[in-house]
Amino acid sequence: MTDPTTTTPATTQGSSHAAAASAGATSTGTGTGATPASESGIDGMGPNNTSPTADSNLTDGADILHQQPGMTVHLTGRAASEALPEKPNGIIRCEDVNVYYGNFRAVTGVNLDFGFNEITALIGPSGCGKSTLLRSLNRMNDLVEGARVEGKVTFQGADMYAPEVDAIEVRRRIGMVFQKPNPFPKSIYDNIAYGPRVTGMKVSSMDDLVEEALTKAALWTEVKDKLKQSAFGLSGGQQQRLCIARTIAVKPDVILMDEPCSALDPIATVRIEDLMHDLRKEYTIVIVTHNMQQAARVADRTAFFTALADEGTGDRTGVLVEYAKTSKIFESPDDQRTEDYISGRFG
Amino acid sequence: MTSIIDRGTTPLGHRRSKFSGERTPRALIFLVLIWACLAFSFLFLLILIVTTFIDGADRFTLSLFTEYPASSPDRAGARPAIIGSAWVIGTTAVLTIPLGVAAAIHLEEFADKRKWYNRVIELNVQNLAAVPAIVYGLLALAVLSFLGVQNKNIVIGGALALGLLILPVIIISTREAIRSVPIEIRQGSMALGASKWQTVWRQVLPASVPGIATGSILALSRALGEAAPLLVLGALVFLSFDPNGLLSGFTTMPIQIFDWTSRPQAGFQELAAATSILLLGLLVIMNGLAIFIRNRFQTRW
Amino acid sequence: MTLVKESGGPASAPGRQAQTQFKGRKRYGELIIITVLRSAAILTVLTTIGIVLALLIPALGFFQQVPVTDFLFGDRWAPRFADASFGVIPLITATIWTTCIALLVAIPIGLGAAVLLSEYAKPGLRKVLKPILEILAGVPTVVYGYFALTFVQGTIFRDWLKLETGAFSVLAAGLVMGVMIVPTIASISEDAMNAVPQSLRQGSAALGANRMQTSIRVVFPAALSGIVAAVVLGVSRAIGETMIVALAAGNQARIVGGPLEEGQTMTGFIANAALGDSRVGSLEYDTLFAVGLLLFFVTLLINFISIQFVRRFREEY
Repeated sequence: MTDPTTTTPATTQGSSHAAAASAGATSTGTGTGATPASESGIDGMGPNNTSPTADSNLTDGADILHQQPGMTVHLTGRAASEALPEKPNGIIRCEDVNVYYGNFRAVTGVNLDFGFNEITALIGPSGCGKSTLLRSLNRMNDLVEGARVEGKVTFQGADMYAPEVDAIEVRRRIGMVFQKPNPFPKSIYDNIAYGPRVTGMKVSSMDDLVEEALTKAALWTEVKDKLKQSAFGLSGGQQQRLCIARTIAVKPDVILMDEPCSALDPIATVRIEDLMHDLRKEYTIVIVTHNMQQAARVADRTAFFTALADEGTGDRTGVLVEYAKTSKIFESPDDQRTEDYISGRFG
Repeated sequence: MTSIIDRGTTPLGHRRSKFSGERTPRALIFLVLIWACLAFSFLFLLILIVTTFIDGADRFTLSLFTEYPASSPDRAGARPAIIGSAWVIGTTAVLTIPLGVAAAIHLEEFADKRKWYNRVIELNVQNLAAVPAIVYGLLALAVLSFLGVQNKNIVIGGALALGLLILPVIIISTREAIRSVPIEIRQGSMALGASKWQTVWRQVLPASVPGIATGSILALSRALGEAAPLLVLGALVFLSFDPNGLLSGFTTMPIQIFDWTSRPQAGFQELAAATSILLLGLLVIMNGLAIFIRNRFQTRW
Repeated sequence: MTLVKESGGPASAPGRQAQTQFKGRKRYGELIIITVLRSAAILTVLTTIGIVLALLIPALGFFQQVPVTDFLFGDRWAPRFADASFGVIPLITATIWTTCIALLVAIPIGLGAAVLLSEYAKPGLRKVLKPILEILAGVPTVVYGYFALTFVQGTIFRDWLKLETGAFSVLAAGLVMGVMIVPTIASISEDAMNAVPQSLRQGSAALGANRMQTSIRVVFPAALSGIVAAVVLGVSRAIGETMIVALAAGNQARIVGGPLEEGQTMTGFIANAALGDSRVGSLEYDTLFAVGLLLFFVTLLINFISIQFVRRFREEY
């Protein structure tokens, strides 16, 4: 068990954080202690989501608990992190991944497992390949000419770069939110409905789906009266939550976030972070961030990357230095480079 | 740009005049010269328009629209040329715009630019844009001869020549319109599980319609004013009937202007000027429409 | 599609590997669409091949009867005479005259306008001036031809200046053609100048240079390859222009000795010969294509040069 102090920064963040925390506390109190993460997940999923998932979900959660009886749950935004298994279960798994742009090797030899319904942060200095790696997790790199992935990236055990794999289907299952909010030049409603339409989802009521997605993205109350208006009229923070809602609407399993708050002001950032806490109950989230405090606030686990210069060519390439629970990375990292970066001596 | 360190007696920060360093004699002469360049161009345009209006105003009457060409300037009009222009440009638009947009989409969105054949296509489009207009006339002439068409002065033949002429223009402007759609929109769409074509059809194309429309209208206005390729097809004919179909004989306004200009009688020159007024008016309308579409409907990212 | 959405759920445990296969829909419709798009792009190549074949086949027929050397180096062009002669030099001299006159007008005016628009004009003024300048590119060439013949040659040269000239002259055609290509040169040069990084200008200004010095010594050299590309494209347009020369330069194919003489250019010949009724396969018909082929190759060569320069200025920044 990690020291509870690591979680306290989150509680002091702001009232909204406290609210999220107390919400977590409530569900913890009602459940057996095993269910908070999973059961609240089921509740939030709504009618369109299928329950078999929840089954496996529940089992996993229970397994974890049986292994760790007598655990305490801290009433903070990161309460659930206390229930973290020692090792991530590897819903997405990178094995010896190298990513190339043409002849340039942007990322070298990454082995990394991501945990189901966890938030994993990828941090590190600029040019360390964290965004590149993120984009190889749902084959967005395919869209870059000359980009190539070596090694193996699996999702639920299936190799997502196997020849017979349909990259479009990969992206439907593993959604992505970008650095700059990128709403489509359409109405708010059509922004949400776009994904379900293009992926041919069988939807009984699009209106319900739109409402559900916007609600989950904590945007519904703000926009429910102007669904037909252009998404360009929203503020930056609202646009980013719209992009998250848009991603949720196609019901992905994983949401990748590429510095989702870097273009936003602090208040909008807090809202997105709150939102991530809520979403973790249902979704696996991988976030790239430049902001170490953000990683400390939201992530269950953190992977630290850095750029190494090749001895021969001098080309810099991104490598994974250390990957552990966030508390460990920020309190007692094993690697000196991690410690230097965290403490601000480098980067 | 005007912040020049003042070496004079005034304290730093107090410039003696607004353009201290810009006021050397040479700099002023240079400024006058480059303004003269623009002024000359504008003056030329003004004189061209004014003289054309003066020459043609008297003949810019209803009979220009209703009468057929005749051997006497008093009885002659440009009716078949006006109708012929409409037929040829209409046919050109129908044939060329879909083709040009399709080719542009392929080049911009689907073609792998590292493949040599796609680079060949790109280079080729650039080259086609610089081929002299009259060569397209020769191409259409040869194609029609090859097909065994006896009378080459037919609407579809003219549309073939003009269509191939403006095809590269439409491709280039469409590519620019497509390129102005930010990559983030494509990524956003693809990240939601849309296929490449869905992304193009539902995001990229709708956002570039204003740009495509603007480019297409400008290309068509070029075709409307073009005479050389049609001249090669033999479009310089006396028509005593209205062109009425794809295989109909035709003449167009620019050809009619050419014909009347090259006649010695002053009366025909006035008719040429009057037809020029009409042609210029149409071009102004088309260009105005293009600018209006661009300003009114263009998505601002 | 075997989506987990229907069968499994978003959270099948990793060890289970259950239904995750990422097999998408078969998108046959899209394959067809993409094929259609590619065909449209390929058609542009077919157009080029078509042009080459369309010109080459009749031209080959022509060269079977007229030796290539007679064509390229002969100094008498009289295809319709009884003692027909097919030396293309007279057409080329007229083309060179009109092109050079046009460039003498277009290069200084076009570059001056480009400097004004790119270095001096404030954005608001530029937004007004540039479209007006571009109207010049939109005027139909036949209207330019009318203007060159009636006003420039007729009114200015003959009535006002009382110059020793006939009804036509290469000078009138060249001058008007020059104004016609001003927007081409101005707009491409301006693009090249705009591509010069602001830091270069600031660096120059920080050394105490005024705008003229910055324009001439910093911006102009930095944008040179783009400017050359603009000029080369202007040359290509001048050589290929038909209607102005057909109307104002004259129809007599003879070697042009001075700007006030008349002369027939390559394009002028094609336009003029096409007016006559030439039978398919006749020597007269084939002559059109031989001249057309020469014209095509000259402009193709010039355009390749232009593309090389454009490529270089793209690489520079």
